[in-house]
Amino acid sequence: MNSLIQYTLRIADSSLILGQRMSQWCSNGPTLEEDIAMSNIALDLFGQANGFYEYAAQLDGSRSADELAFKRNEREFFNHQLSEQENGNFGTTTVRNFLHDAFNFLFYTELASSKDETLAALSAKSLKEVKYHLRHSSNWLIRLGDGTQESNMKVQESLNFLWQYTGELFEMDEIDNEMLDEGAGVDNNKLRKGWDEIINSTIEKAKLTRPVDGYMANGSKKGIHTEHLGFLLAEMQFLPRAYPDAKW
Amino acid sequence: MQNGNTAHIWKLLNTIPDPEIPAISIVELGVIRDVTFSDKSYTILITPTYSGCPAVKTFTDDIKECLKENGVRNFKLKLIYSPAWTTDWMTDKTKEKLRKYGIAPPSNTVRCPQCNSKNVEILSEFGATACKSMCRCSNCLEPFEFFKCI
Ligand SMILES: [Zn+2]
Repeated sequence: MNSLIQYTLRIADSSLILGQRMSQWCSNGPTLEEDIAMSNIALDLFGQANGFYEYAAQLDGSRSADELAFKRNEREFFNHQLSEQENGNFGTTTVRNFLHDAFNFLFYTELASSKDETLAALSAKSLKEVKYHLRHSSNWLIRLGDGTQESNMKVQESLNFLWQYTGELFEMDEIDNEMLDEGAGVDNNKLRKGWDEIINSTIEKAKLTRPVDGYMANGSKKGIHTEHLGFLLAEMQFLPRAYPDAKW
Repeated sequence: MQNGNTAHIWKLLNTIPDPEIPAISIVELGVIRDVTFSDKSYTILITPTYSGCPAVKTFTDDIKECLKENGVRNFKLKLIYSPAWTTDWMTDKTKEKLRKYGIAPPSNTVRCPQCNSKNVEILSEFGATACKSMCRCSNCLEPFEFFKCI
């Protein structure tokens, strides 16, 4: 598979998997407003994933966007491990999304000036939506962190746990480097400074403590995942796999 | 017609209401980017408001139906992503239609569509659709939707 397809799939996969996680909140939100907000975010993420999958499918030439989403196995998915982490309580979801949104915001900002016109256009489009997602997750992080003793404790716990999945956001492998050399990809290392600024200032406002870097999980670029992705895919892919030509 | 009658196509498209806000047409919403004619066929360029907007499927179906009903058969629809849709494309006239319909139009200052007060609070960033947030007027106490600027 060529680097451009692989690169595009990674972006699409992270959006799809995080979107699937957000859709699991539909009808389970803490309030009606939040339920609607999270479902809307899920829709944005599915829409973004769809744009990147359509492009990957066009480059691939043999598989459709739906096949890419529903007919690949766990080891063939390249989403960040952060995006597949379970929803947990509302605070866990808030922390996970905040860490991811901050990265996505910076990533799409850079990729919007890619030499690849389609990646640039899809990124510029996604960026507008991710700005809202980041605002939403940051606001909630501040409210929960600077809320009651219990809410502060819960989000701090989630932050401590999820921190190990933030390291791989900035990794570069041979595909990233090839895309970067061609002026089509992003130098993830360069996003670190901006990410730290967003994370630190928000964490401070939320009266939380930034975890100390310890063990960092990695491997999603090679299809290595935590135990949660398999279960997520089993649920998400069940229908199109059980009824391959189902129409609704 | 040799060059096609794109003005006629625009006119037909302007009769199609936005599926979620029927007070304005899909042309006024700004999702129709261009109508061109070549090789005896029209090409209609469409851009989504939000990537995941479910209305896109609805209004593409509406376009096909409307054109066919009006005897236009030689056309194709093309989805484009660049330039990304922005609320800046809405004219003042369209914004006024939104306000009359009860939706605060995109603007840097949110005003209550009922009493025009600036004394409003945002209840949720996301309303019934991704393009709107939920607000309440602190002056007349009416809840309302605000069309977000993007
Ligand atoms: Zn009012």
